[in-house]
Amino acid sequence: MVDFLQMVLSGIAVGSSYALMGLGMVLIYKASKVPNFVQGEMALLPVFISFMLLSTYKIPYYIAFPATLIFAFFLGCFLEFAILRRAKAPNILGLIIITIGMEMMLLGFVSWKFGASQRAMPFPISSYDSIMIGDIFISSLDMLTLVVALVIMLGLFLFFRFSKMGVAMKATQMNENAAALMGIKTKQIRMVTWGISAMVGAVAGLLIAPVLVEPYMMWDPMLKGFAGAVVGGMTSLPGAVFGAYIVGITEHLFGGYISIEFKSVVAFVIIVIVLCIKPSGLFARHYVKKV
Amino acid sequence: MLLQENVLMDMKRDYYEDVQIFTSGTIVFWLGALMLLLTLFPFIAKNYYIYVANYMAINVIVVVGLNLLVGYTGQISMGHAGFFAIGAYGTIALMTHAHFPFLLALPCAGIVAALLGFLLGLPALRLDGPYLAIATLGFGITATQIIGKIKLFGERQGLHAPKLTIGPWHIQTDKDFYFILIPITIFMVLIARNIVKTKVGRAFIAIRDADIAASTMGVNLTFYKTLAFAVSAFYAAVGGGLYAFVLRFIEPELFSMFMSIMFLTMVVVGGLGSIMGSVTGACLLAFLDLQLRNILEIPYFGEWIKALSESYFSLTGVSNIQLIIFGLILIIIMLFEPLGIFGIWIRFKKYWMTWPF
Repeated sequence: MVDFLQMVLSGIAVGSSYALMGLGMVLIYKASKVPNFVQGEMALLPVFISFMLLSTYKIPYYIAFPATLIFAFFLGCFLEFAILRRAKAPNILGLIIITIGMEMMLLGFVSWKFGASQRAMPFPISSYDSIMIGDIFISSLDMLTLVVALVIMLGLFLFFRFSKMGVAMKATQMNENAAALMGIKTKQIRMVTWGISAMVGAVAGLLIAPVLVEPYMMWDPMLKGFAGAVVGGMTSLPGAVFGAYIVGITEHLFGGYISIEFKSVVAFVIIVIVLCIKPSGLFARHYVKKV
Repeated sequence: MLLQENVLMDMKRDYYEDVQIFTSGTIVFWLGALMLLLTLFPFIAKNYYIYVANYMAINVIVVVGLNLLVGYTGQISMGHAGFFAIGAYGTIALMTHAHFPFLLALPCAGIVAALLGFLLGLPALRLDGPYLAIATLGFGITATQIIGKIKLFGERQGLHAPKLTIGPWHIQTDKDFYFILIPITIFMVLIARNIVKTKVGRAFIAIRDADIAASTMGVNLTFYKTLAFAVSAFYAAVGGGLYAFVLRFIEPELFSMFMSIMFLTMVVVGGLGSIMGSVTGACLLAFLDLQLRNILEIPYFGEWIKALSESYFSLTGVSNIQLIIFGLILIIIMLFEPLGIFGIWIRFKKYWMTWPF
């Protein structure tokens, strides 16, 4: 029983970083109707910037981290403004390919700049400390990840519920033309959505970085986050969080009880099963095309 | 919608014209010239360039097959490296363990992959857009992961390709293999061209343009969608089986997600929904791929890159410039010429055919 709880807790901790990536993807999917393959790299570049600030320029944490997040925001805005918006007559395949192109460029740039060596980022909390809750261990970094993820989720909820900007975003996602007629600057809103999504991703990246900083570090969280978002339905923020936790927990339980070797592919099996039963995910209403 | 320009250009006057494989004598002439060049090529070129040609030919096979799925049927697949791996491993395993001859093992591996493609096509019936992208992507990753854990396939260590003998002919050099590979490639491309020109191809195109309308007209969606996946998986597996003998050694890491993305890149650069476009796109990008792998050896540019890397970037990561360039190509193509090389060709043709207007 202790084993089981331990695995579930580790699953939730890992699921938190997946959830952040998934949230970012859903935000962008709702705004631009594209599965955002650049989500991982939008977090990767800020993480490396932060790494550089901390280890090369010895800037304290309380300046470096906010600076990183601001950089992530502008990076997201820039990608939308400079590249995605310029696509003419885009269809879904074209948009996917543009995001893949951006992803390759950013990944190539980061790997060129920093080489393939693996490093660990200096961080205020060591990833080796752990907290005991009853009989269950949780590393303090995992605990922080969990708390930060919950805070961000709550923040996003409040943002979409009570701020003018958030409501405008929701309106744009529901019906762009109607929103534009109501005087919402929909293009600007979409750009800011990308910025926020990049920020959420960068937080996930910063929480992964103390363990490992290398150019491919965001791949796995990105794919698992995407998987979680798809399980949850791709258009629902709570769905994405729920899906990501399902993926994280199932992965850990599978790794613990069945086979550690195939742990990393479980997420995709879950997706296929869920999509066979509910083609639009668990939390989205199935969209039937009108003829 | 995307192909309006094309439709304008190729006005068909009767059914026969629509089903012709070669639309004009000029094309037949130039294809003949190309055949002649391909036959003479290994006798004049250096050994390395024969290897390059082999590499290009394999990419042509896979990309033409992928275009049948992505460009003609409109179903995205980001997991073709999985089928590619199944073809490579299947061919070698059938040859070493079941002692099949090469020319039998290759289509057998292809058929295995086609069956898997059919299975992947089943969930794809209900999925589209991002859902299909992640499902196929997951398939690609899962397939390579599983292959990397199977004893028969040498696990992480990989497999060596067995000696290749066809009848009395021992194939040892790249040049020998060239004479097997090129006929197979030409055959596969012609088959693809033929598929596109028949009922099946028209059904694919109808599904891409409007699936509901197509099914109202009597196109069996289940059959044709799964068929598109199966055919395209077959092509990828045949390409994979041949690739195993070009490299002579395969390991699971080769068939990464980036390989799937590379294939997709080639399809897009060549032009969605154009066989000749795929051939050109695959050749160009495969060549670029091989050149960029040793970027530091390119004259002038290489030295400049080296100096740049040393002072501002890292020298260990210099091979990643390849990623930047391919990413840039993808973005530029999608932003300025969504139909790729084929689109450029169409515009070029239109300009000269209607000149001086």
